[in-house]
Amino acid sequence: MNDLAGARPEQPFDILVDGRAVPVLPGQTIGAALHAAGIRAWRTTRFGGRPRGLFCGIGVCFDCLVSVNGAPEQRACLLQARPGDEVRT
Amino acid sequence: MSAYDLAVVGGGPAGVAGALTAAQAGLRVALLDAAPRLGGQYFRRLPETFHATREAALHHGLDRFLRQSRALRSLADVLLEHRVWAVERHGGLGDFVVHAVAGDREERPVTVRASALLIATGAHDRPLPFPGWDLPGVLTAGGAQALLKGNLVVAGRRVVVAGTGPFPLPVAAGLARAGARVVEVLEANGPLGLARHPALAASKLGEAAGYALALARHRVPYRARQAVVAAHGDGELTHVTVGRLDRDWRVVATRTVECDTLAVGYGFVPQVELAVQAGCAMGHDLDGSPVVSVDAAQRTSVAGVYAAGEPTGVGGAELAEVEGRIAGHAAAADLRSAVHLAAEPPGTAVHRPAEPPGTPAHWAAGPAGLAVPEPLLRRRARLRAFAQALHRAYPVRPGWRDWLTPATLVCRCEEVPYEAVREAMDLGATDARSVKLLARPGMGWCQGRMCGYAVACLAGELPQAPRRPIAQPITLGSLERMTDDPS
Repeated sequence: MNDLAGARPEQPFDILVDGRAVPVLPGQTIGAALHAAGIRAWRTTRFGGRPRGLFCGIGVCFDCLVSVNGAPEQRACLLQARPGDEVRT
Repeated sequence: MSAYDLAVVGGGPAGVAGALTAAQAGLRVALLDAAPRLGGQYFRRLPETFHATREAALHHGLDRFLRQSRALRSLADVLLEHRVWAVERHGGLGDFVVHAVAGDREERPVTVRASALLIATGAHDRPLPFPGWDLPGVLTAGGAQALLKGNLVVAGRRVVVAGTGPFPLPVAAGLARAGARVVEVLEANGPLGLARHPALAASKLGEAAGYALALARHRVPYRARQAVVAAHGDGELTHVTVGRLDRDWRVVATRTVECDTLAVGYGFVPQVELAVQAGCAMGHDLDGSPVVSVDAAQRTSVAGVYAAGEPTGVGGAELAEVEGRIAGHAAAADLRSAVHLAAEPPGTAVHRPAEPPGTPAHWAAGPAGLAVPEPLLRRRARLRAFAQALHRAYPVRPGWRDWLTPATLVCRCEEVPYEAVREAMDLGATDARSVKLLARPGMGWCQGRMCGYAVACLAGELPQAPRRPIAQPITLGSLERMTDDPS
């Protein structure tokens, strides 16, 4: 994967997602890190309780909303993860 | 007196080319973009912390864009992580205020004032609803691309790529090169596509051949007149129903394909909110999308407002760049003549009146005295003709409506099923707006960006230009702190 782009990412760090450690390569968005860790559904809808994760991936659809360090309704696909981030779904 | 001569909204191929051209002509230029890096969706870049030495392998034409970006940074103010939510005319002619929020976490309101405005806000994927399209594991084609180009994350292990048009090809090729097992690529339209336009296609054949070769190398089958008509899984995608389609996209036979990921896209929706806010005249592209009407110099109907790239009609990165350059030349020439005229006695028109919305014939000729190099105008005409050939070869056909069941969600945000849309129409809703008021599709978080096209089709009309006084979500706190003292 990294070979494709000749990438040498910096040391990964963990963020906490509902208390669970999820590894992040510095620069990745929270949504990308979740998706890469195999977590593809992290929100349920208001009425039907339907699972949701990434859909548009570019900040348009708002399916991937999470709360980050207490700030609600953040688009996981846009927000670059920082060390120490606590994400709640 | 405005701080800038030209404010450019959007840092993709159109915005960067437009800003650079204008700055090289001597204008004071500010470019604003929501992302942390220039590139837009097409040239979505990796973070610098990835230290990628061969990032160009993920793109087509990246080196050229990077040269333009570097040149731009030395000549203009590039304001990244600035999400523009509104534009308005402040005083009289030629005095625009761009409202943005800056920063990705601790957002702060920012206003930029400029004499002219270039709208280069790009487009987003245009999905069609089908049963199960809201299951996790179903992504837009652009979403899968963004994971790869922006994060080096492969969207899935076993991936089906489906939709129509040329875009699914680079998405599938990129995923296959990155190590995903791309099970198949499904094109809902016929196999011929561009073969009917060999002369127009010639310039793009090299690029297309590259994708075809990549798909062949990874033994990815490409199947025409087939589409994913349902997605299944218990909480996450595990398999899809693939339909063989007739010419109108009605299903004639089905089969099941196992996959953990589906990347799907049926064209693009131009992002035109800011042009609507500014009062620009709108029209419809061949694919039904609401687009900004522009003249031969990319001028909109509002004096001082220019538009380039996908907001004037989806046509790809190369056309976007050419349109951006034309807009940059035109803005520079118009402002120069405005300054010249302003030195004359009062009563002289400062800004030339806008010309009527352009037609392709109008574009090809260009009005006399236009300060744009002829070769650029010829390239635009050729690329625009190519874009229109693509729209004709890869339309969305009406049979997709038959893929829906009564329970299929049409609007993902408000969870509005197809039956509720039908009910609204039975109650007398005859257009998308009345359907929205009765059944709520398009009233949620995304404000109809995902379902707007489908709802319009179901209501039997062309999608209307979106009226969104706030083009990007902002907090009430930011609105409150908004200053009327533009920088």
